[in-house]
Amino acid sequence: MLREGAVRIPAGCAISGIMNKKGRLISGQDIIKSIAVMHDRSNGLGGGFAAYGIYPDFKDDFAMHFFFDSQEAKAETEVQLNTHFTVVYDEPVPVREVDAIRDAPIIWRYFVQPKAKMLVKAGLSEEEYVVKFVMKINSEMEGAYIFSSGKNMGAFKGVGYPEDIGEFYRLDEYRAWLWTAHGRFPTNTPGWWGGAHPFTLLDCSVVHNGEISSYDANRRFLEMFGYRCTLLTDTEVIAYTFDFLMRKQGLPLETVVMAMASPFWKEIDRMDPERKETAKAVRAVYGSLLVNGPFSILVGTSRGMIALNDRIKLRPCVAATREDFLYVASEEAGIREVCPKPDRIWAPRGGEPVIGLLENTASHYGGVPCAEKIAINS
Amino acid sequence: MFFMAILKSFLTPGFLIERNKERCIQCLVCVRQCANEVHYYDDEEGEVYSDEMKCVNCQRCVAMCPTRALAVRRTTNELRENANWTPEVIRSIYIQAETGGVLLTGMGNDRPYPVYWDHMLLNASQVTNPSIDPLREPMECKTLLGRKPASLVFENGRLKGKLPPQLELDVPVMFSAMSFGSISLNAIKSLALAARQEGTFFNTGEGGLHKDLYQYGDNCIVQVASGRFGVHVDYLEAGAAIEIKIGQGAKPGIGGHLPGEKVGKEISETRMIPQGTDALSPAPHHDIYSIEDLRQLIFSLKEATGYRKPVGVKIAAVHNVAAIASGIARAGADYIAIDGYRGGTGAAPLRIRDNVGIPVEFALAAVDTRLREEGIRNEVSLVVAGSIRNSADVVKAVALGADAVYIASAALLALGCHMCQKCYTGKCNWGIATQDPYLTRRLNPELGSQRAANLLRAWKHEIQEMLGGMGLNALESLRGNRLMLRGIGLTEKELKILGIKAAGE
Repeated sequence: MLREGAVRIPAGCAISGIMNKKGRLISGQDIIKSIAVMHDRSNGLGGGFAAYGIYPDFKDDFAMHFFFDSQEAKAETEVQLNTHFTVVYDEPVPVREVDAIRDAPIIWRYFVQPKAKMLVKAGLSEEEYVVKFVMKINSEMEGAYIFSSGKNMGAFKGVGYPEDIGEFYRLDEYRAWLWTAHGRFPTNTPGWWGGAHPFTLLDCSVVHNGEISSYDANRRFLEMFGYRCTLLTDTEVIAYTFDFLMRKQGLPLETVVMAMASPFWKEIDRMDPERKETAKAVRAVYGSLLVNGPFSILVGTSRGMIALNDRIKLRPCVAATREDFLYVASEEAGIREVCPKPDRIWAPRGGEPVIGLLENTASHYGGVPCAEKIAINS
Repeated sequence: MFFMAILKSFLTPGFLIERNKERCIQCLVCVRQCANEVHYYDDEEGEVYSDEMKCVNCQRCVAMCPTRALAVRRTTNELRENANWTPEVIRSIYIQAETGGVLLTGMGNDRPYPVYWDHMLLNASQVTNPSIDPLREPMECKTLLGRKPASLVFENGRLKGKLPPQLELDVPVMFSAMSFGSISLNAIKSLALAARQEGTFFNTGEGGLHKDLYQYGDNCIVQVASGRFGVHVDYLEAGAAIEIKIGQGAKPGIGGHLPGEKVGKEISETRMIPQGTDALSPAPHHDIYSIEDLRQLIFSLKEATGYRKPVGVKIAAVHNVAAIASGIARAGADYIAIDGYRGGTGAAPLRIRDNVGIPVEFALAAVDTRLREEGIRNEVSLVVAGSIRNSADVVKAVALGADAVYIASAALLALGCHMCQKCYTGKCNWGIATQDPYLTRRLNPELGSQRAANLLRAWKHEIQEMLGGMGLNALESLRGNRLMLRGIGLTEKELKILGIKAAGE
């Protein structure tokens, strides 16, 4: 049987996200409880988490999380890593014995800085340099896989139910201001750790419920710009789409959302002239990145969290707020479990994003006053 | 009764006309309908007879006969069987021995080469992603043709700059280039009306734009071909887009020839040539001997029209089409039209039509792949032509990488064409490929446009059904989405060129 990455595997799922917009850190216990309630939405073949703000001691270093199939693969990869980066610190990712979690690969984390000389030689920005390295390792290095590469954030994932994965990675001991989680229901997989969600690139992480019918249109577009879709998963394509539109193209968040879950032409026809022109241009230029098919996704970045449904809402997604907290989950139960009495709870409409950003980060999103955007899209 | 007095030709009839004497009421409709003068009334015998030598099997008499007394069949006369010297091969030699001329034909390549559309199957959603019902949900077929910038720039949340000019299609199907001359004015009017009604475009071909058709300019692509017939600034301004015709699928590498007898007053005015003179389109444009020359023409046309109209380039699908298309994209074309070897024509040398060029399926796959490898596929639009026969072909073309398709043979079939392949004779009994007023009035533009519009609408419904079945609700999500295709009965190499997996994979 082909490993994930050699064959495309559709999957259904549960997702959950908790964020404090003031940046206050909370432990991983809540997110585990939230995703555990939606146990039946996954089948034990994949679970994972992304956590932001967990590495304050190494907040300026790229935190790379690796899966290695063998010590040889690790040694071989480290040669590459040491050529391109200065390793500030490295250690095994701490785990605890959990009955349900078996066949774990070697899991290691490295806090690294790009080597200045190599960076100059490559003529790339730090981010682009890291992306290139990740793409190279993941597509070319047998038995090694980078599953997290952002600053002051990390992904934790594997084969198992998400609550067991959380226990395994000792997430109750981490403290983050943004947590996202994923329970996977792949329809056909031999259970490879790299295939679990979240999928990340730099500080962008994606957990996703759905199967994208536009997969190959999206993939073939992205591959024109140096992305290599090695996993053949929808989530990977969504993460790259976000990265491409937001980081590479530098589009305002609103425009990114407009490209990925475009308004229908009928709606565009009713818009005011300026907005209409923008919407038309977005569909014309980024039409190949319209994410088509059922999905609900949660994108985490070092600035905040975005939840988005496909434009005809073919997958569930519920959002809630309470004080400084924003909650998003596949089911209302996933929110009520950790926040029994939210100030507000609602089901966002198809194509309508829920955007929660850390306070005072507006300038990063093309001047749109995003900090105020929490829960405005109801 | 018809008797052949002297043996002038070795040719024998290709068809057998069966007249059911019990049904025939001697009404002479067939006699009047046949411009080839197959049917005639014998006064002495008081009966209608047929000279099958002249029959081209256009089915006009069969369709018009009020008592259904007629049938045209393949001749029952058979040459001695020979797998190598087939009747067609032998007939060709007889004709050339008699005439000393190049064999002519009309419409597209009819040889039994594989039709790759029929070797591709589409996907549909089951369980893990739902199919979408176009009767209940929006299903978008709108397509924008034209150059797209590599990225959009926003300043303070506002879009900076403008999108280059785009053609907006409500259905990804346009009427391909057919000149006034190759087809009748009524045929063009039919297509122009249908294009306007269904939100798409028709194409003038190299025949210029008749003055009656300027009112349809918003739905018209005006062509600039090697003969430059009918090209002047009002013509360029009249169209929604301009297309430089380099080549044509039915006859790659050669020019065109409209014989002087077809150049009457109207065509003479439209093409800006004297009445009765041959309209000869040279094989190459005599100001385009290289890709940089093409660039100059593209930008001359853009300058002439103030950069307000997309300028496309049409080429025939030939062996190195991918490299050529890449050059055209870089030369500044807003869209590239690729015409496959099955593309139709009003007249082409038979040997060229049947032996030059490659299947559009391969050409499209190769071009789309090449432009992606070069990272410029998103900047230019791709239109394919050359025997798109139905909505499934359209869907497969888009999945392979096309933005839209051109249809011409299918459009003429909608107007009544019966594919007799004799367009070049000017005796089209259906009033399409003729300039004879007695024949052209058989095609009513109002009724013709309804048939052409119906065809577009029917295809659009079918495209929407197939899209929805695949779980998509916008055509752009299908564009280049080759995972939606699987090959059947194809070799490894063919699958590789098409960039698709085999069924079951």
